[in-house]
Amino acid sequence: MCLGVPGKVVAIDGNRATVDFWGVRRQVLLDVVDEPVAVGDYVLNHVGYAIRRIPESEIGETLALFEELLAQDDAADLMAGDVRAEIAGTGAAPDGES
Amino acid sequence: MASPDPRAGFAELKFRDPVRARAMVEAMGRATAGIGRSRVSLMHVCGSHEQAIAKYGLRSAFPSALSVIMGPGCPVCVTDAREVDEGVALARQGVHIATYGDMLRVPGTVMSLADAQADGASIHVIYSAGQAVELAARLKEPVVFFATGFETTAVATAAIVLEGLPDNLSILSAHKYIPPAMDIVAATPGLAVEGFLAAGHAATITGWGVFEPFVSRHHLPVVVAGFEPLDILAGLVKLLELVRDGAPAVVNMYPRCVTRAGNLRAQEALWKVFQPSCGRWRGIADVPDGNLALRDRFAGLDARTRFAIDVASLPKSAVSVTAGACICGSIMAGIKSPTDCALFGSACTPEHPVGACMVSSEGTCRIWHQYGGHPDLGGIA
Ligand code: SF4
Repeated sequence: MCLGVPGKVVAIDGNRATVDFWGVRRQVLLDVVDEPVAVGDYVLNHVGYAIRRIPESEIGETLALFEELLAQDDAADLMAGDVRAEIAGTGAAPDGES
Repeated sequence: MASPDPRAGFAELKFRDPVRARAMVEAMGRATAGIGRSRVSLMHVCGSHEQAIAKYGLRSAFPSALSVIMGPGCPVCVTDAREVDEGVALARQGVHIATYGDMLRVPGTVMSLADAQADGASIHVIYSAGQAVELAARLKEPVVFFATGFETTAVATAAIVLEGLPDNLSILSAHKYIPPAMDIVAATPGLAVEGFLAAGHAATITGWGVFEPFVSRHHLPVVVAGFEPLDILAGLVKLLELVRDGAPAVVNMYPRCVTRAGNLRAQEALWKVFQPSCGRWRGIADVPDGNLALRDRFAGLDARTRFAIDVASLPKSAVSVTAGACICGSIMAGIKSPTDCALFGSACTPEHPVGACMVSSEGTCRIWHQYGGHPDLGGIA
């Protein structure tokens, strides 16, 4: 899915970042991200690669959105399941190719 | 061409606040009425847009004159049967195939990769291009990465190529590039689409500027939108307004991820590794520049150069009557809907897909099947 779950960078080793997606930590590659990424930044990911460093000014509303999503029941919010699935796959779900 | 601050007025936007959604739907109604025709068709080019539209039943809230159709926005669905055949032939020749999970059940001319796997071929599902590299390093035998997906996904393939592949790994590229396919669809006879909603993630890479030549060629507006229900509704409102005002322009409604220039570093990697080439999009057409082929300097990594891919060795079987009745192509070209297909939900289901549109979770038939067959309550209400 192209939901674009933002993850927070917690460590960087060369071109590999460890990114926290709501408690699930995944390796994400930094080869093609648009700007230099530092620990503490948020990044948007696609099939295991960071494709955008999300500007600080934009992150608040996006985080609030996902917080809201994850707080809700899957039954009440149909997209919560997707967000969880995407987090589990590091935004790398096999059907997330567009 | 784009308004300087397209989100002015949306600063407080919460992506699914019902009050905002209702206001947005009212704005859609006003803009549609302003156009003043009994039918207005808009096309989106993204499986994720269709999923959100179907999931939230957004169509039931659309003005009755508005029809929003899904174009060729599912990368798995537009992978041509002949490209699947190449993967199947390689697998049957004893090469390990690594590919994204959605590809397994996509029908080739004769069989799918899942069928080949059932016959003993070695097929590995990966979630990231990097896993193809890890797999090859582990297996030490020839591995081919059957690389599918649009430009966003091709960037990941480009990244592993530039990093340097293990000697036993090669690439079978079936990557597709969306902008040329939009040209083909916009020129389809019988199609009355008046504007396009472009997918936010592809545009994160390419930038929204990539749509400007399209707009000048076809005089049709393009709005780049994200994937939340309000992202989509706001995108449609903007698109309807542009249609109403006769203003063919590109407007970016997803500025939290998309800029005009896009991700230059990713584009550099993409075009260093790939060049546009003419490619067949399943059921649609041969699209000039619609495929991404490895550049000559990477020919040594190209599975098509490295292996004699013996597609002719695949067992012959007559194309089944059911497969011949699949109208996926017309659906992706925006001319027909899944419910126009006689096989939809009967002979063709997600468990037993006949066409590619029923295989992928981004395929129109699969999405409509999942959300009750005809998620367009506007026609009923
Ligand atoms: S329902 Fe099945 S057979 Fe009919 S168009 Fe869709 S994928 Fe093809």
